[in-house]
Order: sequence, then C-alpha cells, then structure tokens
Amino acid sequence: MSELKVSKLIKRFGGLVAVNGVDFTFPEGKISAVIGPNGAGKTTFFNMITGIYIPDEGEIELGGKSIVKVKPHKITELGVARTFQNIRLFGSMTVLENVMVGMHIHLKAGLFGTLLRLPGIRQEEEDSAAEAYRLLEYVGLAAYLNEEAGSLPYGAQRRLEIARALATRPRVLLLDEPAAGMNPRETAQLIELIKQIQREMGITVVLIEHDMKLVMELSEYILVLDYGTKIAEGVPEEIRSNPRVIEAYLGKSAVRQEVMS
Amino acid sequence: MNKWIFVLRQNKLVLAAVYAVFVIVTALSVYLSDKSVVSFLLLLSSFLLLYYTAFPNTVKWGIAGVLLLIVIPFATSGGASHESYMEVVTQCGIYIAMALGLNIVVGFAGLLDLGFIAFFAVGAYSYAIFSTPQVSNFISGNLFPLSGSWFWLFILLGGFIAALFGVLLGLPVLRVKGDYLAIVTLGFGEIIRLIFNNLSKPVNITNGAMGISSIPPPNLFGFQFTFPHQFYFIVIAILAVVLFGVRRLEHSRLGRSWKAIRENEIAAQAMGIPVIGTKLTAFAVGASFSGMMGVVFAAKQTFIDPTSFTLVESATILVMVILGGMGSVPGVILGAAIVTILNLQVLTELTNWFNQLTLNGIVNIPSALSPSKMQRLLFGVILVLMAIFRPNGLIAAKNRKVNEEKLKANLPKAAVPIGQSAKQSGGAFK
Ligand SMILES: Nc1ncnc2c1ncn2[C@@H]1O[C@H](COP(=O)(O)OP(=O)(O)O)[C@@H](O)[C@H]1O
Ligand SMILES: [Mg+2]
Repeated sequence: MSELKVSKLIKRFGGLVAVNGVDFTFPEGKISAVIGPNGAGKTTFFNMITGIYIPDEGEIELGGKSIVKVKPHKITELGVARTFQNIRLFGSMTVLENVMVGMHIHLKAGLFGTLLRLPGIRQEEEDSAAEAYRLLEYVGLAAYLNEEAGSLPYGAQRRLEIARALATRPRVLLLDEPAAGMNPRETAQLIELIKQIQREMGITVVLIEHDMKLVMELSEYILVLDYGTKIAEGVPEEIRSNPRVIEAYLGKSAVRQEVMS
Repeated sequence: MNKWIFVLRQNKLVLAAVYAVFVIVTALSVYLSDKSVVSFLLLLSSFLLLYYTAFPNTVKWGIAGVLLLIVIPFATSGGASHESYMEVVTQCGIYIAMALGLNIVVGFAGLLDLGFIAFFAVGAYSYAIFSTPQVSNFISGNLFPLSGSWFWLFILLGGFIAALFGVLLGLPVLRVKGDYLAIVTLGFGEIIRLIFNNLSKPVNITNGAMGISSIPPPNLFGFQFTFPHQFYFIVIAILAVVLFGVRRLEHSRLGRSWKAIRENEIAAQAMGIPVIGTKLTAFAVGASFSGMMGVVFAAKQTFIDPTSFTLVESATILVMVILGGMGSVPGVILGAAIVTILNLQVLTELTNWFNQLTLNGIVNIPSALSPSKMQRLLFGVILVLMAIFRPNGLIAAKNRKVNEEKLKANLPKAAVPIGQSAKQSGGAFK
C-alpha cells in the first residue's frame, strides 16, 4: 500500500542532468539506501520525492498514486517524511517545539478554536506535548527538551531531525546523510535507532549515506547513483562485488575506510 | 543593592509593599501636580516594574488590571490639563495593538511588511465613510449614514475588512520573499494611501485629500464618547482582547507554524505546513488588530485624511517592534509605549521647553532644530543603536519552558503511543 516507486525520473539544472532516468522500487517496510559519490544526484532524488523539486520527466508513485506536482506539505500528509543533509531545524525554537511542529498534520487546532480556546484544543495541546516528549525519549533527547534546537551538538541535531520527521507519523522516512558529522559512538547509536524505528514502527526507511559501514549494516537493498544515472541496485553483497560500483564509489571509499580504521 | 533585590525576590510581602508605595507615590504626584511629565512616566513605568517582579503571572495580570482601570484613570482625573495624559495613554494603547499585529507578521512569521499602516487606514476609512454623508455619494437609502451606535459593530467589521485586505494583499505578494517582500509591501502601503487620496472622482467615496470630517463619536445607549479618558476604556477593552488573542496564538499550533516558517520555510513545508495559507493567516490576523484600532482612531479624531497613513507611520510601528524585540510580546508592548511616549510626550515637551527658553531670550534655538522635527533622526539612531547593542530588542523573545515532570505525568494520556501509530492507524494518514 505504501509502496514508493519511481520510473524514468529525470531532473535537469540548466545543462546538467542531476537525475537521469532512474527507475527504482523501494522495498516496503525495509531499510534501503541510496549511495553514490558527491554530486551523484541523491539529494535531488529525495527533493523530487518530497515535492521540493518537480521532476522534468518521469513518474513518482506512492501507494499506486502519482505524487508528481503534489505540494510538499501534501506529500507529508500522504506519509512521506524526511531529514535534511544540511540540517534544517527550527533553530531558535525549543527542541520540544520542533517535534510539536512535526505533529502539525495530526492536530486540529485552527485560528478560531485557538482564540476561543475551545475545550478540545487545550487537551490536544497537552497531549501533543506529551507525545513529543515521548518521541524525544525515543531518540534520546529528552534531557534537552527546553533547549534551543540550534544550540545542540551536531549529532543531537540530526537525531532531533529524525524525531521531528517521526512526529509526522510517516509511512516512508527519507534520511539524507543522517550520520554526517557524527563520531563513531554517535554513529553506532544512530544505527541502533534506525533499526529500532524500522522494527517497531514498520516504516519504509531510505537513507543516503557515505559511511559504508552504516550502509552495509543497515540496508537490505541498495541503489547506486553516479552522475544522475543508476549504475546498480541490489542487496549489499551484490553491490559490494559490483565492479562498476567499486570503480565509481566503493573503491575510493573502501580504501579510505581502511586507512581510517 | 544585590542583597535588596534578593530580599525582594524572597519576600513577596515586602515586594508588594515596596511596589504599592511606588505606585501610590507616583500616582499621587501625577494627581496633585498640575503637570508633571516625569511623575507620569514613572507611573507608567510601574508596568515595566510589574513585569520584572516575582509575582505569579495571574497576580501580575490582576495588578495590571487595577493599574489600568483604577489607578491611571484616578491619577489623571485631576483636571482638564490631565486630559493630555489620557490622550497619550490612549494613543499608546492604539499603537501597542498595532505593534502586536505587526509583530505577528514580522516577529512570528518573519515577513518584513513595510506597508502595515494600510490596514489601519482601511479600518479608519471603513468607519469614516459609512458613518458620514460620504456614504450617500454611492449608496442611497435611509439607513446611511450610520450613527455612532454602529461604532461597536464597526470595531469588528473594521478588523474583518482589514483582514480581508491582508489576504488580498498576501495572495500576490507572498510569492516573493525577503527584501522583495519588503519592497512590495511598501508599495502596497503607498498604493492604499494614494487610492484614499484620489478616490474622490468619479464617485466621491473618500473625499480625497480633503479627508473626512464630522465622524460621529461612539454612542452607547445614548452616552457619547468624546474625551480621551472615555476612549481610553474602549482602547483598553480592545487591547485586552488583542493581548489574550496574541498570547493564545503564540503557543499554539498556528503560532508554532508561523515561527517554523520564519525559521526554515522548506523544513516547515516538509512538516506538512501549507506555507502560503499560514502566511496569509499571519497577514490577516495582524491586519485585523490594525483595522480595529483604525476604527477607534477615526472615531476619536472625528477627522481623518490620507496624511495620517504615510510610510513614516508604517516605519514607526516597525521601529516599535524592533526596539521592543521581534517576536517578544512584552518587548513589543514596551517598544510601542516608548516610541509613542517619545513622539507625543517627550519630544513635544522638549519642544515646548525650548520654545519657552527661546521666548525668554535665554538661548536661541531655530525652529528647524526643534525636537519634534527630529523624530526620524531619532528613529534612525534608535535602530542603529539597537542593531549594535541589543539586536534582539529591549526584552528579547523567550521560548516557553515546559515542566518535564508535568509532561511525564501526561504521558499515559497521550493520544497514540508512537511505537504503534504507524502500523495501526492508516487513519492517521489523512
Ligand atoms: N537547485 C539546484 N540548482 C542547480 N544545480 C543543482 C541544484 N541542486 C542540485 N544541483 C546540482 O545537481 C547535482 C546533484 O546534486 P545533489 O543531488 O545535491 O548530489 P548529492 O546529494 O548526491 O551529493 C550537483 O551537481 C548539484 O550541483
Ligand atoms: Mg546530498
């Protein structure tokens, strides 16, 4: 039902083809990954799925229905949530408020209900604060609830983005480089968190990541992009041994990882 | 010094006594003196002191109510010369409501609006046109012109019409962002003024640059409101409504959406917030405060013309918001009060004083340098100083801190346990 599928997806920026005719079906309820060198078009790919960019050609389907040209906020209502590579928190709002904004589509309070403080509104407000707090506990940020989101350390900000995305109660969760800027301990915690999310909530998780250890450990299925084109897809073992992938991406990265560890 | 502050913080009784003495002394000195601007300003500063006292919030609101409804009217009841105090306080109230409206647009939603006075004009003109013979030029019938008893309905109508204009303005304008938005709204403000200035032909609706006079004063069951101290109560009542509205909105789903858009529009969209609609609501709500006060302004002045709604007025309200602190409700109130008092009281008094000195031959200050003409210079200086020393305003916006224990206590009641939400309820996804 929540199946997310793209076909012949193309996005151009001037002369540059950032995403070039990609076909892919995201495995439902599982964790998959989109990998590829910098500038391969991964973020652009996410931006099209979430409606921030409109594809020049091709189709994006969610549960059998096209979501091309659907407004970003409507796509969120349809159950797609995301985090951002360049963190986009509501920096001067509190951590709790950030998550409460994520619950927007599930709350009813409107202008007049709020002004008149109708009976249900106050209750809704209290419940949503409590639920937001529960989400913060879930990602391990409860202690920060009253802090300004922008003042958190990077790792915590990335986890807050996840909590905020979860607050929309998504069917599909897109994570754009969730481990960027994290130290190995934070990364290990993140891996546990993502596993837990997939296991307990049954959400389709798609992640863009450069950290191959994380990708190989988490994902059941991988899509590899290079210069906007799909050069491979498959289970981690296949990707690992795919010569085109090694040439385009894993080769360099694997060498780097060897050196680092 | 610190020790004393500590005592005041600890002992509410001592605090209450000190505060009461301050209020009584300043109120009496306003009451007894013929005209003492200083004691009047001290009396007004008791609101600021109140804000910083350690009383619980409900007590503060109660005290503020007593100050507004009893102490200030009493202190300024000492004769005709005191009427000007009431005029100042009433104007303060009008500007505070407008600044709170602009604060929703600029402070909460982060949309720089340089034409905000247009909504005030819309409110003022809507009452002025329909309550004077002006209306007969384009609507016939015995109902018009409306009498002063319609004023009360027009407070609501003025707010509503201004909100409508806010939406109409927003629809095309909100497609541009940042600096462009500022310029387009500036243009809008001028266009509205020019329309009022020129809508005397072919049908005379606004009477053009001549303005509309003989606007009827409010009438409540035969009682006419004509003096500033009577308008004072009308303004206080509207301001109370505005203030409660703002405070409710600030920490609500809508208020959070405004701030989210201000902080990061793309992320706000990704959270399911419809950006255009939410911005429009900010425009509409902000405009409605201005429109309501426009109606009061028209009835209070009994005469309006387009010169009351110039770009300088828009800038003045923006200065109030920036000086007080964008997004900070107490800050904006303080900013609006300071700027209004500066305009109406301090600059005028200084001008009078200098005139007096010139007349007595003590010094010779050319009228070109009179303080009342330095308003814009002063605003410029204020803005520069604020940008350097207090970029967040006099009272910076604060986030509301939530009590963790209370949240925990609420947990079992929380709507859907998140662990199950996604699986269980397809219904959760609209
Ligand atoms: N808004 C944009 N305008 C122009 N070029 C863009 C835009 N967004 C992305 N690009 C270009 O598209 C290519 C793919 O970018 P991106 O999707 O961010 O890559 P990745 O996330 O895989 O590193 C890059 O060459 C980038 O410069
Ligand atoms: Mg990227």
